[in-house]
Amino acid sequence: MTIVTDALNPAHPPEPKPVSRRLVRLMRRPELGAITGTVIVFLAFGITAGNSGLFSMAGIANFLQVSAQLGILAAAVALLMIGGEFDLSLGSMIGFASVTIGLCVTQFGLSIPAAVAIAFVIAIIVGALNGILVVRTRLPSFIVTLAGLFILRGLTLAITRTVTGRTQIPYITDGQEGSFVVWLFGGKFGAPVFAWLASHGVIAARPDGSAMVQGLSMSILWWVAVTAFATWLLVKTRFGNWVFAVGGDDRAARNVGVPVDRVKILLFIGTALSATLFAVIQVLEAGSADTLRGTQKEFQAIIAAVIGGCLLTGGYGSAIGAMFGALIFGTVEMGIFYTGIDTDWFQVFLGSMLLIAVLVNNYVRRKATEAR
Amino acid sequence: MAEPVPLIELRNVTRRFGSVTALRDMSFAAHAGEVHCLLGDNGAGKSTLIKTLSGVHTPSEGQMYVDGKPVTFSSPRQALDAGIATVFQDLSMIPLMSITRNFFLGREPLKGWGPARRIDMKAADTIVYDQLGKIGINVRDPQQAVGTLSGGERQCVAIARAVYHGARVLILDEPTSALGVHQASIVLRYVAQARQRGLAVIFITHNIHHAYPIGDVFTMLNRGRSLGTFRKGDITEKEVLDMMAGGREIRELQQELERFTKPGSGTEAAIS
Repeated sequence: MTIVTDALNPAHPPEPKPVSRRLVRLMRRPELGAITGTVIVFLAFGITAGNSGLFSMAGIANFLQVSAQLGILAAAVALLMIGGEFDLSLGSMIGFASVTIGLCVTQFGLSIPAAVAIAFVIAIIVGALNGILVVRTRLPSFIVTLAGLFILRGLTLAITRTVTGRTQIPYITDGQEGSFVVWLFGGKFGAPVFAWLASHGVIAARPDGSAMVQGLSMSILWWVAVTAFATWLLVKTRFGNWVFAVGGDDRAARNVGVPVDRVKILLFIGTALSATLFAVIQVLEAGSADTLRGTQKEFQAIIAAVIGGCLLTGGYGSAIGAMFGALIFGTVEMGIFYTGIDTDWFQVFLGSMLLIAVLVNNYVRRKATEAR
Repeated sequence: MAEPVPLIELRNVTRRFGSVTALRDMSFAAHAGEVHCLLGDNGAGKSTLIKTLSGVHTPSEGQMYVDGKPVTFSSPRQALDAGIATVFQDLSMIPLMSITRNFFLGREPLKGWGPARRIDMKAADTIVYDQLGKIGINVRDPQQAVGTLSGGERQCVAIARAVYHGARVLILDEPTSALGVHQASIVLRYVAQARQRGLAVIFITHNIHHAYPIGDVFTMLNRGRSLGTFRKGDITEKEVLDMMAGGREIRELQQELERFTKPGSGTEAAIS
């Protein structure tokens, strides 16, 4: 609310109490809906799935891992959506990056670190191509990256089958399971803590006394790191200010000197990099690559970002919200599995969740832009 | 007494687009501490004149002067750097972003080093709070979205942004056209303040009722030509209105409309 006083006698009204101002700011945060949703989901499964093992250490490790992988994508997708664009080639990029690593290691005899580096370089090229196509043609990114979805998936299948005669590439990490890079992306962390907890009977142990769950997937650390980095960029830096501006109104942003095209291209590189990080994690965890990896991830990531408060029209959203969106996604997916509900219902839930999120976001946006 | 050097001046400027002449032999000067109103109907050449002054277009003929020195701007950025700021009708504000983020968009104050370089949001908030307080807009929270401001307040924030970032010449494109009477008066009051601070204000409008109270000098445009420049004492509001294209048309329309509203004139019966 604003108060207009006589321009010639400007007088500040008494400062509002910091507590109430902080509360107002909190209510206005885009991630509020996703956090509320997370609480509801946990309460619901706490009641219905309390003894099913969802909240045992193994269950928690499972749903965190599922959430983490999606969350890595969702953070980058949230940034891109706030910048006003979509990247539907994301899922295909995962498959493409997976077989790039697989082929480099098994066919060309490269080391795993070299293969991973090549995959990231290719991601930068693909992302830049997506971005340049979108800003040059001024076509909707929806359609440009839809083309990318098919081209990349087709290339992935065609190249892999031509080179290997199959659609899967096994034995990628053979003999290197202990190497640093494999651990960094595909390993587990927290082993000593879990061993200690098991030996003190806090968590389930095997007959030999070692912990049932030996550690958490490294993807969870990546998830937290990527989300923290995205949030820092978005909220604290000049680049983040430009992302909001570019998505809010790119003409207005251009008028005040924001390099709109550069911002958008960088955001597309960001999503391609996140897809590649996802691929590296999956390949090094499983030790194999599959041409169909990442199918439908583009939509799941958009859903997580939207649940997290991102507007489809751009200019508004949060990376932390996307993190909670991914957590809801992973928890429900695993929760339905553990409670024995037919997993077909997951998609029904997902669609409904998306619809509710869009309605809430729309309402919040209207509230935020109408004069008070 | 010698005339003071105008902050910005056009001498015999002509601007053509292909075979169309949008501005013809236009001379125009704006002085510090003056509100110079540019009046004209649609198509009179107002927008071409604004765009020439703000560096979007370059003159086909004639010369532009800033502080008495000839200049040629090849981009709006150059005009901005010379202290000529234009607040376009659509304001270039992003409704979903906070007032502070809008205020400093493209000119964010930074602190910290290397990868820790970030926007100094606290300093920015303080500046916005103070700047808006000075013009009588008291925002409770500079982090609230611009979309929550009224139209007049948004206009004032856009002007305040231009002034804060060093404008000496302020070009306002139809600043009150989309506003109601109360909102328009907020903006006009602020324009008067900007004048008091020694800015040259160029006020473009087709609404004489908003222009006359605030203006010191009036230039009337019609079909790309200047119909003359008048000081306020030398011309009445009615004369200004008459001189603007459409002035006579409005009177004719008034007479025509009066006939419609007269009861029992037969028109009523024909409609019902």
